[in-house]
Amino acid sequence: MTAAVLSRWLLWSEWRAHWMQVIVALIAIATGVAMAYSIHLINSAAFNEFSAASKSLSGQSDLQVRGRAAFFDESLYPKLARHAGVAVANPVLELDVAVPGKRQNRNDHKLKIIGIDTFRAMQIAPDLLGMPAEGKSMDRFAEDALFLSPAAMAWLQVEQGDSLQLHVGLETVILRVAGGVVRARAGQRIGVMDIGALQWRMQQLGVLSRIELKLKEGINHAAFKADLSRELGEAYVVVESGDQEQRVANMSRAYRINLNMLALVALFTGVFLVFSTQALSVIRRRQHFALLRALGWTRMQLLRQMIWEGAAFGMIGSLLGLALGYAIAALAIQFLGGDLGTNFFPGIKPSIHFDGVSALLFFLIGLFVTVLGSIVPALEAARTKPAQALRSGSEVMALVKLSKPWFALVCLLVALLLTQLPPLFELPIWGYLAIALLLVGGIALMPYCVGWLFNTLMIHCLRYPIPAIFTLVLARLANAPNQAAIALGGILASFSLMVAMAIMVSSFRLSIDDWLVRVLPADLYVRTIASGDHGGFPLEAQQDIAGLPGFDRVDFFRSQTLTLDQSRPDIMLFARPVDPVDARNTLPMTDAWIASDLWPQQAMPIWVSEAMVDLYGYHVGDTVELPLGASSRQFFVAGVWRDYGRQFGAVQMRLTDYQKLTGDLSVNTIAIGLQANTTADTAIERLRQLAFGSRLEISQSGDMRALSLEIFDRSFAVTYLLEIVAVFIGLLGVAASFSAQTLARVREFGMLRHIGVMRRQILWLLAAEGGMLTAVGILLGFVLGWSISLILVFIVNPQSFHWTMPLYVPWTWLFLIAIVLLISASITAVWAGQRAVSGHVIRAVREDW
Amino acid sequence: MKPVEGAMPRFGRFVVALFLLMACLLTIQVGAEPSRLQQVVPGRQLTFPHDLGAHQDFRIEWWYITGWLETGDSKPLGFQVTFFRYATDQHRENPSRFAAKYLIIAHLALSDPATGKLRHTEKSAREGFDLAYAKEGDTDVRLDGWSLVRDTDGQYQVDMQTNDFGLRLSLMPTQSVMLQGQDGFSRKGPEPGQASYYYSEPHLSVSGTVFRNAKPVDVRGRAWLDHEWSTTYLAPEADGWDWVGANLDDGSALMSFQIRRKGGGKVWAYAALRDRSGKMTFFDTDQVEFIPLRTWKSPQTRAEYPVAMQIRTGDIKWELTPLMDDQELDARQSTSAIYWEGAVTLKRNGESAGKGYLELTGYADPLAL
Repeated sequence: MTAAVLSRWLLWSEWRAHWMQVIVALIAIATGVAMAYSIHLINSAAFNEFSAASKSLSGQSDLQVRGRAAFFDESLYPKLARHAGVAVANPVLELDVAVPGKRQNRNDHKLKIIGIDTFRAMQIAPDLLGMPAEGKSMDRFAEDALFLSPAAMAWLQVEQGDSLQLHVGLETVILRVAGGVVRARAGQRIGVMDIGALQWRMQQLGVLSRIELKLKEGINHAAFKADLSRELGEAYVVVESGDQEQRVANMSRAYRINLNMLALVALFTGVFLVFSTQALSVIRRRQHFALLRALGWTRMQLLRQMIWEGAAFGMIGSLLGLALGYAIAALAIQFLGGDLGTNFFPGIKPSIHFDGVSALLFFLIGLFVTVLGSIVPALEAARTKPAQALRSGSEVMALVKLSKPWFALVCLLVALLLTQLPPLFELPIWGYLAIALLLVGGIALMPYCVGWLFNTLMIHCLRYPIPAIFTLVLARLANAPNQAAIALGGILASFSLMVAMAIMVSSFRLSIDDWLVRVLPADLYVRTIASGDHGGFPLEAQQDIAGLPGFDRVDFFRSQTLTLDQSRPDIMLFARPVDPVDARNTLPMTDAWIASDLWPQQAMPIWVSEAMVDLYGYHVGDTVELPLGASSRQFFVAGVWRDYGRQFGAVQMRLTDYQKLTGDLSVNTIAIGLQANTTADTAIERLRQLAFGSRLEISQSGDMRALSLEIFDRSFAVTYLLEIVAVFIGLLGVAASFSAQTLARVREFGMLRHIGVMRRQILWLLAAEGGMLTAVGILLGFVLGWSISLILVFIVNPQSFHWTMPLYVPWTWLFLIAIVLLISASITAVWAGQRAVSGHVIRAVREDW
Repeated sequence: MKPVEGAMPRFGRFVVALFLLMACLLTIQVGAEPSRLQQVVPGRQLTFPHDLGAHQDFRIEWWYITGWLETGDSKPLGFQVTFFRYATDQHRENPSRFAAKYLIIAHLALSDPATGKLRHTEKSAREGFDLAYAKEGDTDVRLDGWSLVRDTDGQYQVDMQTNDFGLRLSLMPTQSVMLQGQDGFSRKGPEPGQASYYYSEPHLSVSGTVFRNAKPVDVRGRAWLDHEWSTTYLAPEADGWDWVGANLDDGSALMSFQIRRKGGGKVWAYAALRDRSGKMTFFDTDQVEFIPLRTWKSPQTRAEYPVAMQIRTGDIKWELTPLMDDQELDARQSTSAIYWEGAVTLKRNGESAGKGYLELTGYADPLAL
């Protein structure tokens, strides 16, 4: 018999004999790989589609020029068009116009209308041209013609020739749907109009969103870009198309990385399972191996055999995982959309593309971690002296070497150190590494904890009369903690992660709820369906609203976007009345703030969100420059506030300061506090009766809170799913290791039956063992999970999303989960034990020899 | 071809016309307000230099220069330079500086027998921001880097360059302005409205530089300028037109066109011959005949053009021979038109007489609009 045949034969017979465990281990690996792979597929599909869609809007331009604010004066256009080195300058005005009656949720009710000059766009972004009806080519210049992408037509339920009503500020504009656009991506909702018509109809005269440049042949892009930036000065940013992609990538990076990390957790849990399957298999086959060694197999051959077995697991499991992952991704994208319902990538419809490289990568990851899980048991198997192993009852010894307390302690210590490190590439890489080390260390420490715990328990309990079965359980757990630990690895990993996530999510949710109350103090919020640079309410409309009866307090808000760094997403600027005495009465301030009597003379204060501190280094007391109005202005950072709404940064300033600097008296939002005797309905009724009442968007703060929380819950839906998967894998682990152990303990049970223990009692024994083990697992899992949640809340979240929050532990929910887990683990243990005690007593004992 | 529903005579110009024609139909359909554009009427006195400039109250207007050049080594070259101004009749109330009230379109073509092909390119833009305009008062048209400007001494300066070819020419009048039709009122069809204001400047003396593959070469030659403006288009039954303008060696100038009827025959025809002394002889529809002598089939578009033509004006027979066959201009990419615009030599009653340009439109398969 050749070595290869022997090796195949060994593997096959082992798998056939223990097909249950094999299947469980395969499912574990497959699920882990599937989760990681599907998340990767979904994320990359959504991201690619989103960036392709944004790219398609800028065509084949070499450079783009934008203002710091969303819009800039059009006088730059002729300047650039005439610039030496510029072949084509394509002026673009891009507006997100709200469509009446399409208010599905806050992020998803706007139609992007792009104003172009057909003759210029033709040379840079030909895909964006409108496609007029036969014989109506002049529609591309018409004052009322709007061209819509297929997705936009479907969404608005209009066709070529229909008219479409849009609200602009407090007025209504009627446009004619003149046709489609040359090419839009699937699901991309855009409209295209003549730029002159758009400026006029949407009341955006004199402004542009960007100018796209195509440079003359032979012009060095980098040098030209540098010169142009210098020439245009601070008020403008010049970006290359590549930078644009970077910006889009930055927008969703934290979200994508965090989701990937969660997916890896599922894979990580799977590894414990492979480890426990292989470890138990080594124990079970100790004597086989010893025999093989005695018959002349070398250590290396044995080691190779074990690793080969692990690799076989890995290959089959990974392949299954890839197929499963692809299917999950396809389904998820179909039903939840590319952002899994979080609205991170609005207005697109991605499709999954199979990519050989990434599939291979995930296959290799699956294979690698499985082999990794088999190596420790394999080494143990190879190291054992055959003479020792051939002796009966040596199994317990086998696992002693598997866990060394110093290893566990080093892991935990390093984890602790990693938590002190700053983010890497603006991502909480060290935080995640610390979590992984905490898990490894915690699990490695398990046998000691279990052993110590049950020893202590036994010593104490034996003083009292307790049932014999119970004594047996305690003795077993106290003296063979390694096997117990193996069974618990999976459950510990998954439960601790679940605890961690639960604590993190509920801390987050509670903070947001609390924050929403703080940031939405008024009863009613009135907005216009604004688009573009001007706040929707001119001064007269503000006065009309403020003059209505029944209002206790009316506050005006002006918000707009600002570009501070061209490689980052825009920040939000809010101008609003701020409590002159204590800004904490207006803003959800952190502890970092300076009272107004300590401000420097003449300083214009701003209050920045936590993200501004992390991303732009704005600290309390700093003097910073913001591009506002005609030029940059100096501001004094008077405080840092919490903002869960905008992870890319936001700044608040006083409305009076804003109006002084910009001369812009219009506002976007009006917050209304009602007098005690006025109901919201009456107030809304009064607002509706204004001349422009039907064009107002009125929300009650309660509804806004509910909506925000709903969006929050939807964003976390996928994390719940991942948690459930992790727990499921953990339970599979319990089942697998219990059935393995009970089979290995057939002789022990036979002996027990011999000395008069009933079958039912043995099952009780197993249930108690399972239950107590799980209880310990849950306890340790809780401690571990709580530590991990600290990392999530205080390191991962601030480093990824730039916001902080207090810790909150959802006791009830965790308790419930613990009970469910305890019961299911006990049931699993009993179910797994059924087989072991169903055999014939005599045979069971005889198996001893 | 799908009818060029109107047809102004020379219409390389026509590229625009088509493109535009629909536009006016459209404006009428959608048009909330009636058009404010003026109609061409007889009896209006053209005044210069005012009428050398743009006429914004008319729908369409063009300055069209064609001519023969000679390089230093006596190689012939043909060139065509056109600037169109088109009134969209929209955005009248629109205060935006981007309001597309007028469009400026320009064509540039170079017939080089050395390559046997017509090189051509075009540009379009809306008037505005001083990047593109056609000014009133005197000839002053600009489209980004391209310009046609008349100096106070009457000399025209043309500057049109692209990456690989272009030209920079000075064109000096040697004769007075030639008013077509009745003192510049040129009829295009049987209906009174079917007309344009039209004058020519024949025998422009050209000197300057032509760029081929970015290499400059000095040139001299003779050119012909047409300036025409109108609002209404030709008879619906028109199919296309043939046009010729020629500087004759004896100093006289010939311009002739016919507007062809769908299915054969002609809708309208005209010819004017001005001798060196300035005496004009006019020929009306019955006296003008275009007779194809030889056709050439474009391998690209499968259109068949009568590139060699006999024209009869009264008793005179003119025979036109092209500088080369392939002088087809396929502008479908941007303006949906294909036409033939080529340098030709002329014989008068069998005797070599001069050089000019022939334009043939409406021969390609149905134009896609």
